[in-house]
Amino acid sequence: MHEMALAEEVLQIVQDTARREGLRRVHALWLEIGQLSSVEPEALRFCFDAVARDSIAAGARLEIVAAPGKAWCEACAEHVALAALGEACPRCGGYRLRVTGGTQMRVRELEAE
Amino acid sequence: MCSTCGCETGEAVIEGGSSDHARLHAACMPHSHAHDDPVGHSSARILRIEQDILAKNDAYAAHNRRALAERGIFALNLVSAPGAGKTALLVQTIRALGAGCPICVVEGDQQTSNDAERIRATGARAVQINTGKGCHLDAHMVGHALAQLDPPRHGILMIENVGNLVCPAAFDLGEAHKVVLLSVTEGEDKPLKYPDMFRRASLMLLSKIDLLPHLDFDLRCCIDNARRTNPDLNVIGISARSGEGMAEWFAWIGKGAQLARAAGGAQAPAAPLAEWSVHA
Ligand SMILES: Nc1nc2c(ncn2[C@@H]2O[C@H](COP(=O)(O)OP(=O)(O)O)[C@@H](O)[C@H]2O)c(=O)[nH]1
Ligand SMILES: [Mg+2]
Ligand SMILES: [Zn+2]
Ligand SMILES: [Zn+2]
Repeated sequence: MHEMALAEEVLQIVQDTARREGLRRVHALWLEIGQLSSVEPEALRFCFDAVARDSIAAGARLEIVAAPGKAWCEACAEHVALAALGEACPRCGGYRLRVTGGTQMRVRELEAE
Repeated sequence: MCSTCGCETGEAVIEGGSSDHARLHAACMPHSHAHDDPVGHSSARILRIEQDILAKNDAYAAHNRRALAERGIFALNLVSAPGAGKTALLVQTIRALGAGCPICVVEGDQQTSNDAERIRATGARAVQINTGKGCHLDAHMVGHALAQLDPPRHGILMIENVGNLVCPAAFDLGEAHKVVLLSVTEGEDKPLKYPDMFRRASLMLLSKIDLLPHLDFDLRCCIDNARRTNPDLNVIGISARSGEGMAEWFAWIGKGAQLARAAGGAQAPAAPLAEWSVHA
């Protein structure tokens, strides 16, 4: 469900760009999706295929680049890698973590004509 | 999609709002039209976009936040799974605080205006948004609902989101805080299953605590789970039925409302206030 809403937003960005740039066909798009964004890449791909079916981006290739999760651990006073929200600090096992990276959801590039 | 301008209302219907919506759009949507295809432009090219997927929503949200702040209005976005007790909480909150401070409500549900009617029965003003298939409110819909409501200066705005712990997490509406309700009839592990929502909330209300004697819900464990993703999360246990914990909730609202009023200026503003709804 979440992915369906996001796929619609992605299509909107593609359509706005197409209107502005006079594009006729979108072949591929590159997204950057953070590991901590709660987005399931496969679900997003499935939803985008569905919402783009009758659009300028029908059948377009969706390349999803994952961005790693990062957090600041208060106990370690250090940035640590965080694979998922709710996980412990991989160094000290504590939970006083502040997410500092990996929540982004961006459209980076289009390949189009 | 909004039939007037192609903006992202989805299939949302804002109670009593269709003509106003049309009017707003006629004034504010300069569409850029596709130009004729450039000649000899057949080869594919790469375009850099570098845009957040939710950039449009975030722009509407920023506008709502500004319009609310200028009026000194304290706005909360209430989120939960369906049936956690959001509407019941709002009804009791309005009954207790409504006389001292005007409370307006935006109600979000996929269908029916039952909840807005429950709110209006208290005497408070409410606008229902029906999202149709949409599973969350977005900032654009809320902007239009605000134009309908025109909430008064120095009041409180409560936005009851669609019952869903997933989608509403990502859609900023322009609120000061997200408040997540978790009823004690749900599992202690909900915050682990839906960490994004609990991470983005400022306050967790553990609702229906009048039922605790009949359940084996482990409060401590639930709070620990929520603080795993949000170490600074405030927690209040409440019952809209027995009234337990409600004073603490009212105090929390009161503090926020006071800050919003102070920041929004007690005097009449020198410059005209921002319109409720614009199309960025
Ligand atoms: N026992 C008990 N039931 C409650 C309480 N608050 C709400 N309910 C019941 O929970 C159900 C759903 O409440 P509602 O406010 O409609 O939930 P919403 O979907 O989150 O708006 C209703 O049957 C309410 O009567 C409470 O504090 N205690
Ligand atoms: Mg409700
Ligand atoms: Zn650590
Ligand atoms: Zn609109």
